[in-house]
Amino acid sequence: MSLLDVTGITLTFRGLAALMNVSFTIEEGEILSLIGPNGAGKTSMLNCISGRYHPDEGDIAIDGKSILSMKAHRRTEMGLSRTFQNIALFKGMSVLDNLMVGRHSQMKYGLLASMLYWGKARRHEDMHRRRVEDVIDFLGLSPYRHQVAGRLPYGVQKRVELGRALAAEPRLILLDEPMAGMNLEETEDMARYILDINEEWGVTVLLVEHDMGVVMDISDKVVVLDFGSVLATGAPEEVQQDKDVIAAYLGGEDETFLGR
Amino acid sequence: MQNKCGQFFTSYRQENRLFKTWFERFWLLVLFVGLILYPLCFDSYVLQLCMINIAIIAAVSLNVLTGACGQISLGQGAFVGVGAYAGVWFVQSGAAMLPEWMFVVFGGPFIPAILCGGLVTALVGMFFGIPSLRLKGIYLAIATLAAQFILEYVFLHWKSVTGGHSGMAVPAPEIFGYTFDTYPRMFYLTLACAVLMVYLATNLMRSKPGRAFVSIRDHHLSAEIVGVNLFWYKLQAFAVSAFMAGVAGGLWAHTARYLTPSPTFGIGLSISYLAMIIIGGLGSVLGAVYGAIFISVLPICLDLLAELVGGFFPELATPIKATKGGVFGLVLMLFLIFEPEGLAHRWRLIKAYWKLYPFAH
Ligand SMILES: Nc1ncnc2c1ncn2[C@@H]1O[C@H](COP(=O)(O)OP(=O)(O)OP(=O)(O)O)[C@@H](O)[C@H]1O
Ligand SMILES: [Mg+2]
Repeated sequence: MSLLDVTGITLTFRGLAALMNVSFTIEEGEILSLIGPNGAGKTSMLNCISGRYHPDEGDIAIDGKSILSMKAHRRTEMGLSRTFQNIALFKGMSVLDNLMVGRHSQMKYGLLASMLYWGKARRHEDMHRRRVEDVIDFLGLSPYRHQVAGRLPYGVQKRVELGRALAAEPRLILLDEPMAGMNLEETEDMARYILDINEEWGVTVLLVEHDMGVVMDISDKVVVLDFGSVLATGAPEEVQQDKDVIAAYLGGEDETFLGR
Repeated sequence: MQNKCGQFFTSYRQENRLFKTWFERFWLLVLFVGLILYPLCFDSYVLQLCMINIAIIAAVSLNVLTGACGQISLGQGAFVGVGAYAGVWFVQSGAAMLPEWMFVVFGGPFIPAILCGGLVTALVGMFFGIPSLRLKGIYLAIATLAAQFILEYVFLHWKSVTGGHSGMAVPAPEIFGYTFDTYPRMFYLTLACAVLMVYLATNLMRSKPGRAFVSIRDHHLSAEIVGVNLFWYKLQAFAVSAFMAGVAGGLWAHTARYLTPSPTFGIGLSISYLAMIIIGGLGSVLGAVYGAIFISVLPICLDLLAELVGGFFPELATPIKATKGGVFGLVLMLFLIFEPEGLAHRWRLIKAYWKLYPFAH
């Protein structure tokens, strides 16, 4: 059974289709990239999976169990987490608190315990803090630990957002253009982090990214979207050879683009 | 990990302590000794000090809801009113409803009544918090304004409970046979309650629900993605906030010893609580404390000033008294212009400066 099954998803906005009959699957442990030109529907697809948009047709299932009727916060408890194309941090909170909120769905204590801050609440806070520190070490965020997230440089904010998604200890992480706006060095770091998340932390990755070099390098499987429908699915090399894909990306003119 | 120059933490628990250094603990102790000695040495302004304690509780309650969770409430004054009437009702007519063991454990009906008053207010707060699922910002403000007017109407017209226009007298509270019938005694009682509430709110804000509240304020879409149940947490914010406001109301009733609905719990009170948290610093518990003290003390200082000036120039006394309201507004405005992030922020800056002393850079 696949970790995530997307079958026949159709999503329309006032009659305009953003997604048309999109299907793909992600196996446990994979890195799957979703690529396509601007406006192809990549973000819309992630929004359908994470629960922000409700598709008109089709089904999305984790471990074969449909999640479409679940609210976004319930899906997080199922092991889903994500980052956003435009940074969506809690700007007024410290980096540490941002990551601690990331663990929200793992923390099991209520209002009264928290107000007394004895016993269970305190033990849990310490325990979760330890896990969050692992993420901070992994992403090299320790110099920023107590700084307000909204005032950090762009590249660091992107990393904090990745950290927040990772702090939830997800099984499947959805990354919406994590390298957008980064320089070469930052892009390479981010690619390294994604590989480590996948290999060391054992997290399955669904990556949306425009940087073809990175996509072709690190993906196990690539799904190409164009105008809301799937153009091609397959291993990076296969997709690179695909006539339709080349045509869609380049208007059939320049074939070197996909090949690096 | 490092805090002050040369101070390192060896465990997360140590870092999470509220008062991290002996220095902080020492000055806190000095503050409380001073507060405890004050009514023994002086007898003016004790009632005002009681009211400051109560204002602190109410401002902290509003800062949890509006400052931290971002849900604007223009009905906090009325929530305090609900707590006042409910608290008094539970001491008198409602006492029969309370279980026997509560009287034994808490030494009489007063403490259970205050708690039940808080719970009733929490329910009322949750009810008026339901629109927050759909409404944000200014629209929610209008919805809570409606709550304010509805509750004021109830205070005026539910005569059997509130005494209507003419109001009603409130007996002095009694705990384990000790009667709190003077202002100094009430001062100690309200101070203890204020300390307790500030402590509870601080804990709340540094753990899971507090962080969830702030996440809703900062970015409600990501809040949902990290697993925060928006509706449930907004309701919890309303409940906690209204509970504390209710406790403040119960104490108010028993300090003033006489309740009239309007203008006591009117829109003016709601707005003054908002002023307190804005001046003090939105979202910070200590900020609410500073704001409550500042807003309560400022008019007293202006009065003193008027008296002082009036002593030297008697002909100026009346015009100064007349312009007091304007001066009050002016000070608030200047404050917002020059200290837009609130007193708590200024305090942090001062502390940050001294942290590195003498190596300021
Ligand atoms: N909330 C919305 N309301 C109306 N139309 C929308 C909405 N969200 C997306 N769309 C439309 O759906 C289409 C797909 O948008 P989407 O953001 O998913 O593209 P994308 O592949 O993520 O593009 P990009 O690479 O620019 O991020 C676009 O035509 C967009 O205008
Ligand atoms: Mg997009």
